[in-house]
Amino acid sequence: MGATGIGAALGVLGSGKPIVGEFPKLLPFAGITIRLDPLGAWFTLTAGLIVVAASLYGIGYADHALRTRAIQAIFPLFCLSLLLVPAASSVSTFLVFWEMMALTSLLLVATEHRERASARSAAVWYGVMTHLGFVAILVALVLLAGQAGGESFAAMRAGAAHVPAGWRSVVFLLALVGFGSKAGIVPLHVWLPRAHPEAPSHVSALMSGVMVTLGVYGIMRIGLDILGGGPRWWGLVVLTIGAVSALFGILHALVASDLKVLLAYSTTENMGLILVGIGGAMLLGTPRTTPLAAILLAASLLHVLNHALFKGLLFLGAGSVWRATGTRNLDEMGGLLRRLPATGGLFAVGMLAIVALPPLNGFVSEWLLFQGLVAGGGSQVASAAVTMPLAVGVVALTVGLAAATFVKAFGIGFLALPRSRAAAEARESPCTMLVAMGLVAVGCAALGVVPNLVSAQLDRAVRATGVGALRRPVTVDEGVLHLAGIRGLMSPTLIALLLVGCVVGVLVVMRLTIAARDRRRAENWGCGQAVQTARMEYTAASFAEPLQRVFDDVLRPDLDVDVTHADASRWYKRTIRFRSEVRDGVEDRVYQPVLRFYRVWGERARVVQNGSLHRYLAYAFVALIIGLLVAR
Amino acid sequence: MNLGRVGAVVIQIVFVIGAAPLLAGLIHRTRARLEGRVGAPVVQPWRDLRKLWRKERIAPEHSSWVFTTTPLVLMASSLVIAMIVPLVTVASPLDRVGDLFAVVSLLLLGTVFLALAGLDPGTAFGGMGSSRGMTVAALAEPTLLLGVTALAARAGSTNLAAIVAAALDRPSVVLSAQSVLALVALGIVTLAECARMPVDNPSTHLEVTMIHEAMVLEYAGPDLALVELAASMRLLLFGALLANLFVPWGIARGTGSVELLAGTVVLGTKLTLLGALLGAFEVFVAKLRLFRVPELLAVSFVIALVAVTASAFLGAGR
Repeated sequence: MGATGIGAALGVLGSGKPIVGEFPKLLPFAGITIRLDPLGAWFTLTAGLIVVAASLYGIGYADHALRTRAIQAIFPLFCLSLLLVPAASSVSTFLVFWEMMALTSLLLVATEHRERASARSAAVWYGVMTHLGFVAILVALVLLAGQAGGESFAAMRAGAAHVPAGWRSVVFLLALVGFGSKAGIVPLHVWLPRAHPEAPSHVSALMSGVMVTLGVYGIMRIGLDILGGGPRWWGLVVLTIGAVSALFGILHALVASDLKVLLAYSTTENMGLILVGIGGAMLLGTPRTTPLAAILLAASLLHVLNHALFKGLLFLGAGSVWRATGTRNLDEMGGLLRRLPATGGLFAVGMLAIVALPPLNGFVSEWLLFQGLVAGGGSQVASAAVTMPLAVGVVALTVGLAAATFVKAFGIGFLALPRSRAAAEARESPCTMLVAMGLVAVGCAALGVVPNLVSAQLDRAVRATGVGALRRPVTVDEGVLHLAGIRGLMSPTLIALLLVGCVVGVLVVMRLTIAARDRRRAENWGCGQAVQTARMEYTAASFAEPLQRVFDDVLRPDLDVDVTHADASRWYKRTIRFRSEVRDGVEDRVYQPVLRFYRVWGERARVVQNGSLHRYLAYAFVALIIGLLVAR
Repeated sequence: MNLGRVGAVVIQIVFVIGAAPLLAGLIHRTRARLEGRVGAPVVQPWRDLRKLWRKERIAPEHSSWVFTTTPLVLMASSLVIAMIVPLVTVASPLDRVGDLFAVVSLLLLGTVFLALAGLDPGTAFGGMGSSRGMTVAALAEPTLLLGVTALAARAGSTNLAAIVAAALDRPSVVLSAQSVLALVALGIVTLAECARMPVDNPSTHLEVTMIHEAMVLEYAGPDLALVELAASMRLLLFGALLANLFVPWGIARGTGSVELLAGTVVLGTKLTLLGALLGAFEVFVAKLRLFRVPELLAVSFVIALVAVTASAFLGAGR
């Protein structure tokens, strides 16, 4: 099984290599048209990086944590489709790759269906949602191809200008729904927190880090590249959806106590942030040479890459924890940093990156996003003057809540005392898994410290969407980031250097002036109690409780307190049982009524099917008469 | 980079480290006087730090490297901010290193590490403090960044030196309505971020009401000294930034030695006034219930939003 994993890794490395190498290129392929332009190449690069790490990780993970071999056969196909979707350059090719990606990932979600019923239900949800999305994309692309008079992306791009405005908007909205469902945008996100946690962790990393961003790719490709932008309200729609998704996603991540569900909801949040950037770019993007639009797009694209890296890292870390402890529940972890030092340290890197803290990569893309939004608020576009400051507020709240969420994830999961026996006996993962995580962590740090690495590629990718500024949107000069049209400077490189320098400086001063060298280990201050147990620690639910209470109206937690009194007096309580559950409001209020409707009418429709052959013959006869009447 | 500009950075660092405990002492002293007590001398925090510095280093049994690195990270992030923001002079050579967003992120870096360190020993108090600290930090973030937006609209740049210089060139932008609104919003957030009244009571030792104190409960000796020093530096940096952004006059334009000296004296005066004001303010307000704090922060958010949209529509500062 390990050998199959190596095979998968090598196969993927082979296909991943030329993509990282050169950018604009043409690949001939039998019966399928492929053209990898810089925009597509940016997404393929993102996919390639995570595919390499996930395959390497899969070797050790499969050896220990998986019981089925089917995954080894499907995984390379899934990786291949991820790499190929951004390269497709005609409707038929695109749809073939897209469906290949959907089906292989569906099978991967269902891998552990024998162990858990939840995996089966997740696969059903995912299958239905992804195919509804597929229908929307199919209709959008076919409509556009029919109107523009050509099936290849080039022909559609050329013909799109002559398509009536109403049709353009219909196509755009359909594409937004279809691709949005893949990107996990509210209210189409319901499959995401079910499916991503159930898949094996390296598959989750690929799904959350790469696959969902291909939804973003679709929106960029259709909305910006092929349709060439549209009226301002398109931008407003995308911006609003993005802001709502970001807030909704992070609030649910905050109250989740399943580590992988938390990460999945945070994916919805990050896709929301990316869409805020795209929406802002569409709003400000007329004329299409506006530098602000280019900066916002650059922020979105950079965040796509950054998110893939840190979310990939975090999912791989969650997988390592699952392998070591057999749980995804934060309240059954604890104390893992001392038992899994490498996994814990690497998870910490991912955590700091996703909270957008310097000197890691998330900080750079969110800084760009903030700069673009702030400057957009001061631009001449009247609708932007109100929406952009609001967007700044929403994104800032998201950043703050993300900080709380990931302090919870790391602090409850990895720090303090072990909360279960499994956590106390956890053993570190094999080195292939750690090396894979290490590679991604190095990527996070490198992009955070040396943004010059990708600034030229980023520029080319932005230009490929047609939103080309006259100047490069982001340039790096002596480690300082310069933005076209905005007077804001920042140097992640120097911040990192200064931070390290200050830490070293403080250490030196301490070394020189403090007599005591070693720390003595001592008991905690226990308010007079001498014994400390894990039961006294804050749990994931209690950590999130104050914020859950603040956002009561949005989350609507389901609280239940059950008290049993002692016989002697009601002032003495025997047991107190407290239950708190936060359900996904969108699922309960939008999807369940629809499902109920179908169930009810399905039941009623069974009346016509009673097994009597005579009745069926009568149906056929009536149908024939109606058919003849209609066809007359 | 000539000698004067290096000197400016050194002066800023030394000033921040040296004056931060004095500011804390001044606030205590003012409170004591207004409450009819004599109070400890202003230099008392420095004496406390010296005492802590000589003590033994102790770490809780179950803690990890997070607990021991947190004082370093907290200190380093405060030092970096002290280097890049214009305190004594607007001609700081490190201005291009980071703008207001970077400063906010560096502050958040310290907050996140402090919250993790609160969870690390595994006590209920630490967890309580972390949970509350992150709640306040998360809710303060939107106001903080919208305040930044309002200030950036004033100067067309998010870099601090540019904002302060623009205010010096055109005093009218400081006195505009949106500027005052931004000041109020940022003032409220400062109280929240620095764990002052009415959000947190810095002098309490009743565990259920603490935020900052609960997080640092397990620290002792030199580690505690670093945490306390860094916390008072954050307060000073917030105060000095507010002072320079809204009352910029007196800050040095260049890096000549006389200018720097004058700038330092003026900054010292501003901070003395601010410290006395804050001390007096804390005597007259009561601590809010924890679940009233979000309302206070929501108010500050709305004020900041009004400030931003006002500056966009009135077009002042452009």
